[in-house]
Amino acid sequence: YVSTYADFTPQATFDIKKCDLHKLEEGPPLQAVLTREEGLQYYRTMQTIRRMELKADQLYKQKIIRGFCHLYDGQEACAVGIETGINLSDHLITAYRAHGYTLTRGGTVREIMAELTGRRGGIAKGKGGSMHMYTKHFYGGNGIVGAQVPLGAGVALACKYLGNNEICVCLYGDGAANQGQIFETYNMASLWKLPCIFICENNKYGMGTSVERAAASTDYYKRGDFIPGLRLDGMDVLCVREATKFAAEHCRSGKGPILMELQTYRYHGHSMSDPGVSYRTREEIQEVRSKSDPISMLKDRMLSNNMASVEELKEIDVEVRKEIEDAAQFATTDPEPPLDDLCNHIFYNDPPMEVRGTNPWTKLKSVS
Amino acid sequence: MAATRLFLRASPVKCSLTGLTGGVHSSLGLTLLKLSPACTAKPQAQRRHAAHFTYHPEPAPSQYGPTQKMNLFQSVTSALDNTLAGDPTAVIFGEDVAFGGVFRCTVGLRDKYGKDRVFNTPLCEQGIVGFGIGAAAAGATAIAEIQFADYIYPAFDQIVNEAAKYRYRSGNMFDCGKLTIRSPWGCVGHGSIYHSQCPEAFFTHCPGIKIVVPRGPVQAKGLLLSCIADQNPCIFFEPKILYRAAVEQVPTEAYQIPLSQAEVLQEGSDLTLVAWGTQVHVLKEVAAMAQEKLGVSCELIDLRTILPWDTETVCKSVVKTGRLLISHEAPVTGGFAAEISSTVQTYESTWIFKFPPQPHKKVTARESKYLSLYFALF
Repeated sequence: YVSTYADFTPQATFDIKKCDLHKLEEGPPLQAVLTREEGLQYYRTMQTIRRMELKADQLYKQKIIRGFCHLYDGQEACAVGIETGINLSDHLITAYRAHGYTLTRGGTVREIMAELTGRRGGIAKGKGGSMHMYTKHFYGGNGIVGAQVPLGAGVALACKYLGNNEICVCLYGDGAANQGQIFETYNMASLWKLPCIFICENNKYGMGTSVERAAASTDYYKRGDFIPGLRLDGMDVLCVREATKFAAEHCRSGKGPILMELQTYRYHGHSMSDPGVSYRTREEIQEVRSKSDPISMLKDRMLSNNMASVEELKEIDVEVRKEIEDAAQFATTDPEPPLDDLCNHIFYNDPPMEVRGTNPWTKLKSVS
Repeated sequence: MAATRLFLRASPVKCSLTGLTGGVHSSLGLTLLKLSPACTAKPQAQRRHAAHFTYHPEPAPSQYGPTQKMNLFQSVTSALDNTLAGDPTAVIFGEDVAFGGVFRCTVGLRDKYGKDRVFNTPLCEQGIVGFGIGAAAAGATAIAEIQFADYIYPAFDQIVNEAAKYRYRSGNMFDCGKLTIRSPWGCVGHGSIYHSQCPEAFFTHCPGIKIVVPRGPVQAKGLLLSCIADQNPCIFFEPKILYRAAVEQVPTEAYQIPLSQAEVLQEGSDLTLVAWGTQVHVLKEVAAMAQEKLGVSCELIDLRTILPWDTETVCKSVVKTGRLLISHEAPVTGGFAAEISSTVQTYESTWIFKFPPQPHKKVTARESKYLSLYFALF
């Protein structure tokens, strides 16, 4: 196609939904400016996450990916929106539904998929799997729900202590929001005014339990009590971006922690072993897909404001698909980590230490 | 990833100790190395394997009335059904138990007994156990489920500091004996680090609670009913790999299998094998192999209750055979095998137990974290 960039609108302002506020006088702005480049970039990233998750679904069903796999499709706007609201030098930690964040935090699709298949090219050298992916300033990828939140507060303390103007974003889900250690963290973060953004990704179901059945108060943004809170639409990437910018500003100015609740939705079940339809109807999933899909929403916005053409977006789709195919190919053909790697990194040890193997006559080396 | 400790008794016959024990040890050990499929140290990665053992159902017990074919999770459901029917104060709670539980252990109970007796809790293990202690102290038979044993750690304080010590610190005025905590336990092949743990050793360091691990459906129902009836807080670990794999004829009526009694599954004269849970079945195969290939007669003991454990049965057996091998899924250091071996050593008897003088050889677990792929090398 012949692109005539002069024809496209370079940027447009969009109205975004007002956030519900808790202990805040003002909230994020009600309008967001989106440039063409930003729009295309968000579209590409969200589409990459979507296709990557669908590919992972396919590979799982072919038994190439095994173990546990928690997919993020439907929630792409959260990962992309948050990342655009902070810097790559800020810190982020989340629970097990981490593939999207691994990508936005600097991982490549190849590394992520190779980690899912457990190969040596994986982002955690094939030893972590779906739930344990890490990049610089991204602390995972944590299997035990709720356990990552105090950790995030600790990272925030380090940021404050080192005075580097960085913040930490601690994510958790609606199920984990009922864990005790999260409230302990709220207290510590507030007491010491840590630059911590607590984000509850409320996808309405904790595994198979709907939020009404698990929480006495489903206003997760108010559960920080003494911590100011925002509730916003997590399916709108611009909404998430503006709110994150607002929250980051709040933290960086030394006002202490802030809580955000992103109302979002996951299309897949809790994990690959959950069909996802025994506790919610297919109609509900279809409705969200048709009315609130984050990628469609962005696409419609851009097309209706002439910020991109249908062909251009299709081309991005094709490129993304190719990238995912290549990554899947790599992930399937890369060799598994060698047995020598098995016992490495148990402890940090200067001379290598010996670890028993599966029988007393095999010793494996552990090097760190 | 079995951890095994092997001990030999010094022979009373006058020979060079080093030579004899060394010889016996190394020949037994080396041959075990060759034979046991779980112990091969193949360097190349393995693809998916079937389970690392075959489950052989035990004959139906005749003394408890009519039986029905059930697998492990169905036998647990049956035990809970009997409890809820017979005890009006019994309640079951935990994450996702209402619809039947992630392992189907509580299917149908809510419909049968009502939502005030079988109910879900939010995601809060510390809260679940603390709440259970309170309910038990107030007189309800509280059966709490922790969804995976790997998640029991937030509740560790409640179990160790509150539940275990309640009776003692109140001078018997209060107790939470009516509390039973059930939890899926052990390796399953694809569980990796957070769905495969065996934390029994952490709890054995705590007087005041009982810990029980069954090896099959008949055992599970009887032991669970005993735990529920027992007037002490009990933790009941259910080997999750056996939930569907183990199928037996299980009595439909309630029955109890006594706690703190180990069971000798097979008599032998040369070597005592001790295990619990899934590993019992692995050792059954080891015993059969040892008999066939080496002519070694093994005595196999299922410990059943880990705390307080049946020291007498194990020690008497070791007095008879002179050799002890304990195998468990948990890592070796600080694993319960260490406690058993230490107790057996100090057992007062006419025999003297001695370590082989060479460095301790163990058929052990890797002390590393689980790698989901390498799980196959179990």
